[in-house]
Amino acid sequence: MTEFTLWDIVRNLLLAMRWTVLLSLVSFIGGGLVATLLLFMRIGRGRFLRFVAKYYVELFQGTPLLMQLFLAFFGLGLFGINVPAWLAAGFALILWSAAFLTEIWRGCVESVFKGQWEASASLGMGYVQQMRYVIIPQALKIAIPPTVGFSVQVIKGTALTSIIGFVELSKAGTIVTNATFQPFTVYGLVALFYFALCWPLSKSSQILERKLNVAHRSH
Amino acid sequence: MAGRTYPCRPLNHGVRHHAFAGWRFIHSTERGSVLKYVFDYSWLAQYWPVFLKGLTITVELIAVGAVIGIALGILCAWIRSLGPQWLRPPVTLYVELIRNTPFLIQLFFIFFGLPSLGVQMSELQAANLAMIINLGAYSCEIIRAGIQATPRGQFEAGSSLAMSPFETFRHVVLVPSLQRIWPALTSQIIIVMLGSSVVSQIAAEDLTFAANFIQSRTFRAFEAYFVSTAIYLLLAILLRQLLVVTGRLIFPRRSVR
Amino acid sequence: MSLIEVTEVRKSFGSNEVLKGINIDVDPGEVIAIIGKSGSGKSTLLRCINGLELIDDGSIAVAGAQLLPDELHLKALRLKVGMIFQQFNLFPHLTAGGNVMLSQMVVKKTPKADAEAMARKMLDRVGLAHKYDAFPDELSGGQQQRVAIARALAMQPIALLCDEITSALDPELVAEVLAVVRELAAEGMTLLMVTHEMKFARDVCSRVVFMHQGRVHEIGKPEEVFANPQTPELKQFLGFSAEH
Repeated sequence: MTEFTLWDIVRNLLLAMRWTVLLSLVSFIGGGLVATLLLFMRIGRGRFLRFVAKYYVELFQGTPLLMQLFLAFFGLGLFGINVPAWLAAGFALILWSAAFLTEIWRGCVESVFKGQWEASASLGMGYVQQMRYVIIPQALKIAIPPTVGFSVQVIKGTALTSIIGFVELSKAGTIVTNATFQPFTVYGLVALFYFALCWPLSKSSQILERKLNVAHRSH
Repeated sequence: MAGRTYPCRPLNHGVRHHAFAGWRFIHSTERGSVLKYVFDYSWLAQYWPVFLKGLTITVELIAVGAVIGIALGILCAWIRSLGPQWLRPPVTLYVELIRNTPFLIQLFFIFFGLPSLGVQMSELQAANLAMIINLGAYSCEIIRAGIQATPRGQFEAGSSLAMSPFETFRHVVLVPSLQRIWPALTSQIIIVMLGSSVVSQIAAEDLTFAANFIQSRTFRAFEAYFVSTAIYLLLAILLRQLLVVTGRLIFPRRSVR
Repeated sequence: MSLIEVTEVRKSFGSNEVLKGINIDVDPGEVIAIIGKSGSGKSTLLRCINGLELIDDGSIAVAGAQLLPDELHLKALRLKVGMIFQQFNLFPHLTAGGNVMLSQMVVKKTPKADAEAMARKMLDRVGLAHKYDAFPDELSGGQQQRVAIARALAMQPIALLCDEITSALDPELVAEVLAVVRELAAEGMTLLMVTHEMKFARDVCSRVVFMHQGRVHEIGKPEEVFANPQTPELKQFLGFSAEH
């Protein structure tokens, strides 16, 4: 039996971590794009589109991400026989991220003070102009800290893709554990690597939030 | 180490051999025969007790996790905001570690990692422990925000009435703080309940485990997960209602700032 | 012909009827103060005239154009009538200059250079030319309200609606805002203002409207209304406010 050194373990985990980072980026950016579309449906004037976006969010926030992954894996399989794990993983994580980002951003748009709508209306702006020039620029600023905070949830969410067979950091942890029989060390290291990815993002989200609050208090 | 099987393959590994389950040639007069997937839910009649058993485990997990997890969260929130200085760094470390790592890894570390330190526990015990630890950290942060939003005057009023800092916390600060953050706590409890579906990966027999079991028997993967997803959704809706009602019962009607 | 014609206007919030048939005609160049207790419907009336609240019954016409609840008519109306709010409602992400320029550019499609020239002129008019590049949170309440006035004026309205524009200000800042309004009145701007500043109403306004329980209770020249109130409600209101 091959002897594994600590360096072997670390190296294998770090190699797999690239996929965690890549999948996180794809999910976050893809989710952001879908969320932008959903957001405009959600806060727009079309009653039907508003309804669709609202229940999309409720559905994805009310069911486990793991189930969404399974359904994507087997559901996509209904269209073609062999669905690679990365495709199902990316697909499900994008849709899942989109739901949460839509809800976060909607909260930001709604937290823009009502007087801003009234003032811009009294100056003759239409709905689209109000959104474009007055509401969205202010909402964007408020949205940065919670959006950065959510990126942490996306990174942690990618761990579940190991269950449908995508080899990223968690899956590599399981594979390495099976080879080394050192679950304590391996899962401890896996946890530390996730921490190294997530903690800087959590912290910067907190700092940004604090800055924003200070800026708000000064008026 | 004996008796532990690491989840080296996805639980659905058997499905590839039966990838054609559900596919039928449908005869249509105009275009000849078409290969089509036919949804089949007939297995539900036989397997619904499996779902029911899984559901009870999931409910048990979240009930225990929520009650003990929130108690732990209150304790940690007290330490981090008002408690002894020397206890604060370890609690901060705990909270940050849990909040910045996936629940799945916490679960694996507890179930697979801790036994090498001599701590043995059953799947269900490990699942329970992981959920308590997880919710404890998240609820700590939420409750702490509630405590910090308490107006200064409340603490001053407490001490002016000769209450000790702990008595002021216990009788004056705690309940309004919890009331302030109850909606956030409700959302977090639901997130943790939905997150509990991964305990199936250490073979704790929850709702997801039931779905895995059924799909391995019936080869009706999509349908099995579809039904379990629907049950989770229903559970999430009911849990939210329950927590809203609970909030109304335990907090006085007056709103707090 | 009247500039603003308010005819039998009714407005309810749920089962609560806030305006119970209001009739007011405002001539060009008139300065009208609307006074009354809180809840008498005076702010709601102003908001209806700007289309921020839709009326249930009756009609509002500005310079002969009817107020209708579609975006095109609302926009046409709002180009004629500017509004100043109690809470200023400046756009916090834009400088004072940017606040004054924005709607000129996006609503009237004024070229940037012209909008900027107009912004400088209007800020100068309210005495804030030197604050062109300041953000709202760098300005005092009084200065913010003056920027808001400049912002409304830059759209070249034929009338201005002022909704308790000094109520959110510290007492020492009220005078600088009222001075601007006084100047506008002297220049012939038509003004319709909800106010608690009785002295200002007496000195500057051409007519005073006393509203009570959703109706116009008394209306007349300030010297008549203040010196010789006809109804017990107005007497009580004035006595109450004189004590303050």
